[in-house]
Amino acid sequence: MKLIEEHPILDFKHGKRVTFSFDGRQLEGYEGEPIAAALHANGVKVYRETPVRKQPRGFFCAIGKCSSCFMVVDGVPNVRTCITPLKEGMHVETQRGKGVIPAISDKGKR
Amino acid sequence: MRTLRETDVMVIGGGPAGLSAAAEAASFGCDVTLVESDLALGGQLIKQTHKFFGSKDERAGTRGFKISELLLEELSGYGNVKAYTNCTATGYYPEDGVVTCVRAEDEYFKIKPKKIVMATGAQERLIPFPNNHLPGVYGAGAVQTLMNVYGVKPGDKVLMVGAGNIGLIVSYQLIQAGVQVAGIVEAMDKVGGYWVHAAKVRRLGVPIYLRHTIVEAIGEQYVTGAVIQEIDERFQPQGERKSVDVDIICMAVGLSPTCELLWQAGCEMVFVPELCGYVAQRDRNMRTSHKDIWVAGDAAGIEEASSAMVEGRIAGVSTARALGRGTHEEHEKRLAEYHRRLDDLRGGEVGEKICQGLSCCTVDCWEV
Repeated sequence: MKLIEEHPILDFKHGKRVTFSFDGRQLEGYEGEPIAAALHANGVKVYRETPVRKQPRGFFCAIGKCSSCFMVVDGVPNVRTCITPLKEGMHVETQRGKGVIPAISDKGKR
Repeated sequence: MRTLRETDVMVIGGGPAGLSAAAEAASFGCDVTLVESDLALGGQLIKQTHKFFGSKDERAGTRGFKISELLLEELSGYGNVKAYTNCTATGYYPEDGVVTCVRAEDEYFKIKPKKIVMATGAQERLIPFPNNHLPGVYGAGAVQTLMNVYGVKPGDKVLMVGAGNIGLIVSYQLIQAGVQVAGIVEAMDKVGGYWVHAAKVRRLGVPIYLRHTIVEAIGEQYVTGAVIQEIDERFQPQGERKSVDVDIICMAVGLSPTCELLWQAGCEMVFVPELCGYVAQRDRNMRTSHKDIWVAGDAAGIEEASSAMVEGRIAGVSTARALGRGTHEEHEKRLAEYHRRLDDLRGGEVGEKICQGLSCCTVDCWEV
């Protein structure tokens, strides 16, 4: 992971290290930190593809306002990954297009 | 949507203004509910590693993230404050005064407050250039979040767009985080930020290209470079196009107040260029044209964190007074003190533009 090892002022206290999947790949990140930050630390920069022109989109505002970092998380599309905390075993996928909202019966315990 | 929570004062936004408003209202015994869309309280303060300027009353000389810790400590002393993080206020319904909220992405609830302080902060601006949609073109605040909150290196080499205080400070912070800064481009013919911040990055060998702008981002899936060019008096690019080999283009080209909820509530709004966008008209104690809604911090006009904290305190006292909490003497005493502090912060050359802007949106008092 691309983490800052030494900093003259800040002392980073990361939480528990957890495993999650990104488009089928197993990656590691810290529990409770934003999904988008964990992906970026793993060198993943493209989070979705726009519906019409198929252009890549990624991180941008980091405050849950711009819609750039929408991804499919545990089957649910349009999740603001910059302000959604990472959990062990999450399934994170690149969102292509507008996404399909899962039917209630498919949602399991969500 | 079955749950309806009631509260005396709802504070929307847990940055410097919101935390200050919450603490102040709580000190008068008001029951306060604060919602913050981020995962942590503190707003932009938690990303600031530099020591603040301003005045001693607003903790000049203390690093931003420490100021946030002090505010949270103050707030933790009150049992009557409930704060929700990862919680976005999504709408205000004027017919019954209800605010809808979503916690995480799937838990919805409603709050019916007696009074509201909108301390929703600001959002970053973007300028148009080909490929500005590419991943790797990030707002300065986003870059700060990655590196200063989560310890993630945003990239290896950065082009900074904008030499205002944010562009200069974030450039310095990038270097602290071990990231190379290829240069800073600034469309104006002088640095917009404080001289001391510019001197710090220049000493570290970062070139500041005045009268330059970014004309294109290079890359297929994400940024692999940028093209910069000189601009003439009419901001038209001229001369040689220079390629810079960078993987991050950091945009520090200004902020706009976040004001959607104020529009929804029907507050009287006015466009004030000096305050960087549409802002609510307000009286001296930050009350908007809506009798139950106050505004504070960047949402009331782009300024900086020190004045945001004082505006928050003023709004907090004023909501408590409107609810009949506390004594007249105490309200008057605190308001006089906070107005003195605001005037101090806005004194001098830097505050002139702000004062000019404020004169366009401040009313003496609202008609009853």
